[in-house]
Amino acid sequence: MGAARLNLGRIAYLGFCTIVFVFLVAPIIVIVPLSFNAEPYFTFTEGMLRLDPDAWSLRWYREIIQSEAWVRSLVNSMFIGVSATVLATVLGTVAALGLASSAIPARRAIMGVIISPMVTPVIIAAAGMFFFYSGLGLGQTYVSIILAHAALGVPFVVVTVTATLAGYDPNFNNAAASLGAGPWTIFRRVQFPLISPGVISGALFAFAVSFDEVVVVLFMAGVEQRTIPRQMWSGIREQISPAILAVATFLVVFAVLLLLTVNWLRRRGEGGA
Amino acid sequence: MAGPIKLSGGSGYRAKLRALGLVAPLLIFIVVTFVAPLGTMLVRSVYDPVVADAFPETLELLDDWDGLALPPEAVYAMVAREIKRAGDERTLGQVASRVNRVQGGLRSAITRTERELREIEQGPWRESMTTIDSVWADSAVWYAIKTTGERFTARHYWNALDLQSLPDGSVVRQPEDRRIYLRLLWRTLMISGLITVLCLILGYPIAHLIACSSPSRANLLLILVLVPFWTSLLVRTTAWIVLLQTQGVLNEFLVTIGLISDGGRLAMIYNMTGTIVAMTHVLLPFMVLPLYSVMSSIPSTQMDAAASLGATPVQAFLRVYWPQSLPGVGAGALLVFILAIGYYITPALVGGSDGQLISNMIAYHMQTSLNWGLAAALGGVLLLIVLVLYAVYERLLGVEKIGLGG
Repeated sequence: MGAARLNLGRIAYLGFCTIVFVFLVAPIIVIVPLSFNAEPYFTFTEGMLRLDPDAWSLRWYREIIQSEAWVRSLVNSMFIGVSATVLATVLGTVAALGLASSAIPARRAIMGVIISPMVTPVIIAAAGMFFFYSGLGLGQTYVSIILAHAALGVPFVVVTVTATLAGYDPNFNNAAASLGAGPWTIFRRVQFPLISPGVISGALFAFAVSFDEVVVVLFMAGVEQRTIPRQMWSGIREQISPAILAVATFLVVFAVLLLLTVNWLRRRGEGGA
Repeated sequence: MAGPIKLSGGSGYRAKLRALGLVAPLLIFIVVTFVAPLGTMLVRSVYDPVVADAFPETLELLDDWDGLALPPEAVYAMVAREIKRAGDERTLGQVASRVNRVQGGLRSAITRTERELREIEQGPWRESMTTIDSVWADSAVWYAIKTTGERFTARHYWNALDLQSLPDGSVVRQPEDRRIYLRLLWRTLMISGLITVLCLILGYPIAHLIACSSPSRANLLLILVLVPFWTSLLVRTTAWIVLLQTQGVLNEFLVTIGLISDGGRLAMIYNMTGTIVAMTHVLLPFMVLPLYSVMSSIPSTQMDAAASLGATPVQAFLRVYWPQSLPGVGAGALLVFILAIGYYITPALVGGSDGQLISNMIAYHMQTSLNWGLAAALGGVLLLIVLVLYAVYERLLGVEKIGLGG
């Protein structure tokens, strides 16, 4: 009796967990086949369900590749994303090295300021940046968007690199110093190679933040600086077509690749340190 | 313990300087590119020089005005001159739109007055202006000019809190039908609370399952949680539109299997339901990850020990497991709640009219009504709430625990 009830509870628990996992992943998976729809609908046509080859097509992918606006938004996203990532990664990694030192004063307060872009509602940040950068005559420029994205991405770099540094044995530095290496050599030849998985993960996080960011772009970008998320935003609001799903599919594949890379780096980091 | 940066002894003072030197560039960067813009916004919420700059002498004369009777002819003469000057300097439009927010209808009255005053060379000004537009015979217009003429003002905050200041200096609540912001703020807090509870209900069991799994299976399940986390927010929102709209996948499916009729398709998106479903999906990973990191440090043998001492599974859970998982519950719930109350994108795209949150109102005043002072004040109120919650988080857990994807 007790064992039976226990089993029933176990089945209910696993069943519930399965439903939650389906809830998490299914919506993202559903859009992939729909992006190959030959018709301009957002649902599976009868032909698609019969696996009729005529019901499936690459027309939305062709439309995207031939669209000047989409191609330019990809270039913009890449340019802004890479620039913001480089800035965030350099500043964030250097700061994480300082924060790892036991000598740092007011550590919690500093950390509080550095993490704040992660929890401040983006709409407030974007509104403030709009006033601030237009006041400086930098409204609707790449510079202001890159600086904004770097600020939003840098907490992820600091958190990731700090976590990696927590597992770093300071004796490596002492050993290198005893062998006559200077601080810069120690960092370049010993410490950086060992923490590089964390740095790369942080950089990928920062890139993902910029690549997905739309609120700042909505407030600060002109037509010139439109990014992929900005282009999707108009697509969803104005003329929603399955072309959006083709872009979405591309972004899902991209996200999975990023995720697997970070996951691989993390496991490598754990194994190596 | 020596930090990794402390290289070769050195005095404590030098180590401190070196550590600060490493952190300084980032701190300066964040202060300039992030904190300063927030400051600019807060300044905007209390400082507005447009009317004060356009009507300096009129406002000086109005200092002696009692606020009730119409001001003397000299004030009319002065405002007529300053309206013409503002028209020449092309600032009158900005002035008129600000005055108009205190008292509707004044925008057109002021621009018309400017146009017709061009024809008039001399007084009596009160008479001519009253002929142009009867609003000049009403003391309300003078009150509106005087109020908006304050360089430093609390009126945007009064507005954001559904209050208004009256000519006699008192501050009272807005009339019933104009109280929108507090209600919206309350709704934002309620919806965020509901989403937090939903995330906890959905997230707790799966975090537990992951924490109890073998390392390789845990890694696989974690990837399932992280896929939505890494996927673009716009993609996830699009996915919910595709699934839930009237001609969408779910409705088609329900019609096909005959559960609902073709005419009885469910309205699951472009309303509050859409906001709640999509936001729960978006924020669920932020609940699962902190829960998982706390749960994976609870030894599984404890539940066996409790059982061997005669506890039922429910008792063992409530007395042994749940209390130890509370730090994860607190961290996840606070993080989800903080992120939810500031959410903009998802409600804007799938919220329809009743699924909008306070952020959407800020965006509306930024982009559509162009009432930037009010947008900034609403932003200030939201920022204060978030900062208080952030401080609670910091006190209870330390901000470094906001590790993501780790």
